[in-house]
Amino acid sequence: MRTCGATPGGPSLDGIDLTKQTVIQGVILKEGENDSVPNGAPVTNGHVRLLDASGEFTAEVPTNLEGQFRFFAAPGSWTLVVQAPGARVEQKIVATQGTPSDLIIHI
Amino acid sequence: MSRETSLVTAEWVAANLNDPKVVLVEVDEDTTLYAQGHIENAITFHWREDLQDGLIRDLISKEKFEALLSKSGISNDSTVVLYGGNNNWFATYAFWYFKVYGHADVRLLDGGRKRWELDARPFVTEVPTRTATRYVAKERDNSIRAYRDEVIAAINVKNIVDVRSPAEFSGELAAPAHLPQEGGQIKGHIPTAKNIPWSKAANEDGTFKSDAELKEIYQGAGVDLSVDTIAYCRIGERSAFSWFVLHELLGVNNVKNYDGSWTEYGSLVGVPVAVGA
Repeated sequence: MRTCGATPGGPSLDGIDLTKQTVIQGVILKEGENDSVPNGAPVTNGHVRLLDASGEFTAEVPTNLEGQFRFFAAPGSWTLVVQAPGARVEQKIVATQGTPSDLIIHI
Repeated sequence: MSRETSLVTAEWVAANLNDPKVVLVEVDEDTTLYAQGHIENAITFHWREDLQDGLIRDLISKEKFEALLSKSGISNDSTVVLYGGNNNWFATYAFWYFKVYGHADVRLLDGGRKRWELDARPFVTEVPTRTATRYVAKERDNSIRAYRDEVIAAINVKNIVDVRSPAEFSGELAAPAHLPQEGGQIKGHIPTAKNIPWSKAANEDGTFKSDAELKEIYQGAGVDLSVDTIAYCRIGERSAFSWFVLHELLGVNNVKNYDGSWTEYGSLVGVPVAVGA
């Protein structure tokens, strides 16, 4: 996980008031040799689900043309579920207000 | 209303997308998706520019709806198949909209864009040209639309189903977590509402659960479906999804969508509000 790094995985945070929002974002990158997609390529046809601490669905977004996604959550424990054709990955995360959680997830 | 008349599979769409009687319409929350790629021969409606009045907060008028469908090449006898991203939220809202204006044959693609994408089915970028028609809509069917006074009167009397996420219901969040946290003036829910998130009705791939599973979701939460039901969310899209489940898949007729939803109710002066789970 990166926090406010110089090369974050997710979309630009310009214009977002980070003192008020609890941002969970990142980029989904392709891993593995079982298809024609090169390693490290952004996954542009992925879907990312955000589940709360009890596993309840909270939100879902498709990845953008750069393979990125973003949620505005609340502080606490969350689980991300990444789905793409032939792939499914779960990742747990603890989000905080003020410091965006910026992830790079390989599938 | 039933699953057979209201829902089609991706296989059905793939087999019928060149049928001139079938009109595919994509409606997305993220309105950039259609331009990036869509199902062959699909047109798109923009949920804000095409489906909101723009001046007052309301559905577009009957005349504007007729003009929209006419210029889109949709006839009164067209089979309209709606689909979209984000688990068909805005596509089910458009489905409800078509029903409000009395369109005879409207269906939803089970799983929407997501199921189509997870199946690795093709998208195209070509925008089809359709010949304009002269569409004639019916007067609004208010038997499937609830207004605020009716909702206030339903507290403790009718079923009120809040289909937002538990965090929005309890007052922790003001909007779904993929949006900036803006909403009504205050957070919470309508007193006596039961929280049955829309997502309970969907499988992880975006398709609907079986009728037996869907019934159990409502019965298990103690909702007596013989009593009138009003569904609401934040702006009326997710509750259109749950309205679709009840009215179209399960054939429960006495269900209304409150499209004013929390952005209206949570801004009303003096109405009762509850917080917590």
